[in-house]
Amino acid sequence: MDFSLVAQVQAAMAIGMGIIIGLGAIGACIGIGIMGSKFLESAARQPELVPMLQGRMFLLAGLIDAAFLIGVAIAMFFAFANPLLSKLQG
Amino acid sequence: MSAEAKAGGLTEYITHHLTHHNVAVGESSFWSVHLDSLLVSFALGLLMVFWFWSKARKATSGVPSRGQAFVELVVEFVDGQVKDVFHGDRKFIAPLALTIFLWVFAMNAMDLLPLDLIGYGARVVLGAEHAEHFYFRAVPTADVNTTFAMSITVFFLVIFYSIKAKGGLGFTKELFTAPFHAHGAGAKIALAIPNFFLNLVEYLSKPVSLAMRLFGNMYAGELVFMLIAGLMSMWSLGAVAGSLGFGIGVLVNAGWSIFHILIIGLQAFIFMVLTVVYISMAHEHH
Repeated sequence: MDFSLVAQVQAAMAIGMGIIIGLGAIGACIGIGIMGSKFLESAARQPELVPMLQGRMFLLAGLIDAAFLIGVAIAMFFAFANPLLSKLQG
Repeated sequence: MSAEAKAGGLTEYITHHLTHHNVAVGESSFWSVHLDSLLVSFALGLLMVFWFWSKARKATSGVPSRGQAFVELVVEFVDGQVKDVFHGDRKFIAPLALTIFLWVFAMNAMDLLPLDLIGYGARVVLGAEHAEHFYFRAVPTADVNTTFAMSITVFFLVIFYSIKAKGGLGFTKELFTAPFHAHGAGAKIALAIPNFFLNLVEYLSKPVSLAMRLFGNMYAGELVFMLIAGLMSMWSLGAVAGSLGFGIGVLVNAGWSIFHILIIGLQAFIFMVLTVVYISMAHEHH
């Protein structure tokens, strides 16, 4: 097995995983932040709408979070069961 | 199942936990079944059905028991959510939503089982020799096959309700005329192909996003639990670092579990609401 080749793949994967998780986290945080601030604004303006808005906010929070968590799952998959690396070893 | 006993360390521990109980069907290796996902999901589905059935059978209009009150709470919550989104006959949609919600919730909740509980059980029952090669993943929704099975079922339901609401001819016509409306025969023919491709992408993206959302959330959650378990098993680093790692691990595990309760409920809720939204979208005429 050529170790320099393995190291090259691992280095590229490490950078790739960092980008996957980092950019996903940025996007999800901005999204959650905007939604949360709007929710608080509208709750302050019309407190009687809070129960209705809260359910929708959680629904949207899950939707926003999902893309990020899918990214995390894929990055983790590459970290522990790397198909590119196993092809090199096999 | 223990990571410390083997030379592989954390990576091998996690790869072991990510391996399904795979059973080949027939002679060739073409068909294979993830027995653990199937067993756990069917058992949980039957459990939920039996629980709600037994409460519904004994339901009274007088003072309800605690169990009946809880079941009524869940049924009314789901029915209210469906009523908000879907305007029409809820005779089939509301029970469907309730089934999806409870089933996905129960399957997601398997994430809260201690990670090595089943492995420990296998070690006790089968002995250490066989437990090394015993694979069992308790969370069916962290298996891409389960989530895609559910979302493809939802996809077929959407197609069925589209055809039921618009008729076979109307459904086919809408596939070619829907997002871009055109006047005149020439423009209609020119827009037919882009319309069809847009509809194709729209229809196919629904089951994929539905399945990947649930799978990604559960898979990532499970992996974080595994990483925390690795933190807890730092015994090889000596007494001080080991007990420090164990203590931090317990704290982090508790925190992540509490946060994960939110994700479990949220993902079950989202799967249910999106199913109802897709089916109610199928009833809309363009």
